[in-house]
Amino acid sequence: MKRIYLDHNATTPVHPEVFEAMVPYLKDEWGNPSSIHWAAREPKKAIDSAREKVAALLGCEANEIVFTSCGSESNNFAIKGVADALRGKGNHIITTSVEHPSVLNTCKFMEREGWEVTFLPVDPYGMIDLDQLRDSITDKTILVSIMFANNETGTIFPVEEIGKITREKGVLFHCDAVQAVGKVPIDVKRLNIDLLSLSGHKLYAPKGVGALYVRRGVRITPLIHGGHQERNRRAGTENVAGIVALGKACEIAMRDMDEEVAHITRLRDKLEKGIMERIEHVKLNGHPTKRLPTTLNVSFMYIEGESILLNLDMKGVAASSGSACTSGSLEPSHVLMAMGVPPEIAHGSVRFSLGRDNTDEDIDYVLEILPPIVERLRSMSPLYAKVKG
Amino acid sequence: MYSEKVMDHFMNPRNMGEIPDADGVGTVGNPACGDIMQLYIKVEGNVIKDVKFKTFGCGAAIATSSMVTELVKGKTLEEAEKISNKTVAEALDGLPPIKMHCSNLAADALHAAIEDYRKKRASKA
Ligand SMILES: Cc1ncc(COP(=O)(O)O)c(C=O)c1O
Ligand code: FES
Repeated sequence: MKRIYLDHNATTPVHPEVFEAMVPYLKDEWGNPSSIHWAAREPKKAIDSAREKVAALLGCEANEIVFTSCGSESNNFAIKGVADALRGKGNHIITTSVEHPSVLNTCKFMEREGWEVTFLPVDPYGMIDLDQLRDSITDKTILVSIMFANNETGTIFPVEEIGKITREKGVLFHCDAVQAVGKVPIDVKRLNIDLLSLSGHKLYAPKGVGALYVRRGVRITPLIHGGHQERNRRAGTENVAGIVALGKACEIAMRDMDEEVAHITRLRDKLEKGIMERIEHVKLNGHPTKRLPTTLNVSFMYIEGESILLNLDMKGVAASSGSACTSGSLEPSHVLMAMGVPPEIAHGSVRFSLGRDNTDEDIDYVLEILPPIVERLRSMSPLYAKVKG
Repeated sequence: MYSEKVMDHFMNPRNMGEIPDADGVGTVGNPACGDIMQLYIKVEGNVIKDVKFKTFGCGAAIATSSMVTELVKGKTLEEAEKISNKTVAEALDGLPPIKMHCSNLAADALHAAIEDYRKKRASKA
């Protein structure tokens, strides 16, 4: 059966060059980088070199990068770590209502711990209002945590303006850039970002490795206490192969980003245009232009997302949905809800997220099989019967 | 995640559609996740002669709708009333725990259709 992967925002395949780069550290160079002897030398060097590659992609210094186990850990570390270090300075954190759960639930945890948290609303495109952000900052605010790009809709936030505001107001800016790194050029210095999260497996490195950029001078309490690894900021013997992989993935992103983004944007636009031309009653979720090149989130009105995904899966196409029926909690996507999308339209949402390996043939195939699937499900839907009259 | 039987009923739903001159119609919504099912019955004597459904919902909701129509066709109203969400789920070789509530939709729609039929008859008599 055909296998077409359009769920790159969930995870990406490991890039062949990344795989090649990490193998030696699983095979021959298995030493503990903290040791004093020969076995440590190569792994230690490899970590230093990976750190430089990550830093180069973000425009920072190598010693401003802390390796972690995933994007969720980086987000937890940033928020809890800064809050703890600045406990004496204030008790207020600002975030948005459309963050990834690893930020949202961390902020809810902080609320239970006695912190005040403002969850900024978004407009129907998923955009925040910068004036509202500015007005929300008080002398008690210590941290603003706002994502670079949304994982469900791809909407890109005005990070540069956010950085200006936070810098001007003297509060720290943490940016969850897990979905943006490698797809959008990021220069943390120019953007005035103080902390930035990224994750290997969204970037063609394997699962189990991430990083947090912490601007020099930013005080942060470790999340994981223990040994002196990562300059006392993150204990635990390093995931050497994973770190090497993340370094390689960042190096490749720097080298290939322009070309890949052009390729992916073209395919995504082709998919979007094709769907809109071939299928009626489709609504775009997210910003029409300020959007990740990889992401297309659309609602097929009058039908439900899981049943679309099952049909696509039967034909070998992998995608995802913000429908309540796929959520495990039976709540529709919090992102679409925050955007004011009615629940029945959120129900029919499907997210296609593209990657470097996708081809024109993939998109042609999806455009061929999707209309009959939608048509068939609509023929079963009591809601569609009403529309058709 | 789903049994083969669920996938079969989902991909090849039985008795999908509407009965324009139905004797009873049951429309229920699923409060848990906002799905809708409509079930039409045609009754002769005391027996459900024909049944059709339309569903807006997940794979499990569509499969249970389809299954419930198979289970009630040719049954007496009393027999049909005994069909519960458990009967439907079991007939499909089980549903994932998170999807059990979807089978309520089908059983509820059936019971609502029978009730609608009884009400209509009572008002005619
Ligand atoms: C925006 C965003 N932040 C954080 C994460 C969490 O990353 P990880 O899966 O590496 O924990 C994800 C992954 O889904 C994400 O999309
Ligand atoms: S109908 Fe929503 S989970 Fe089944």
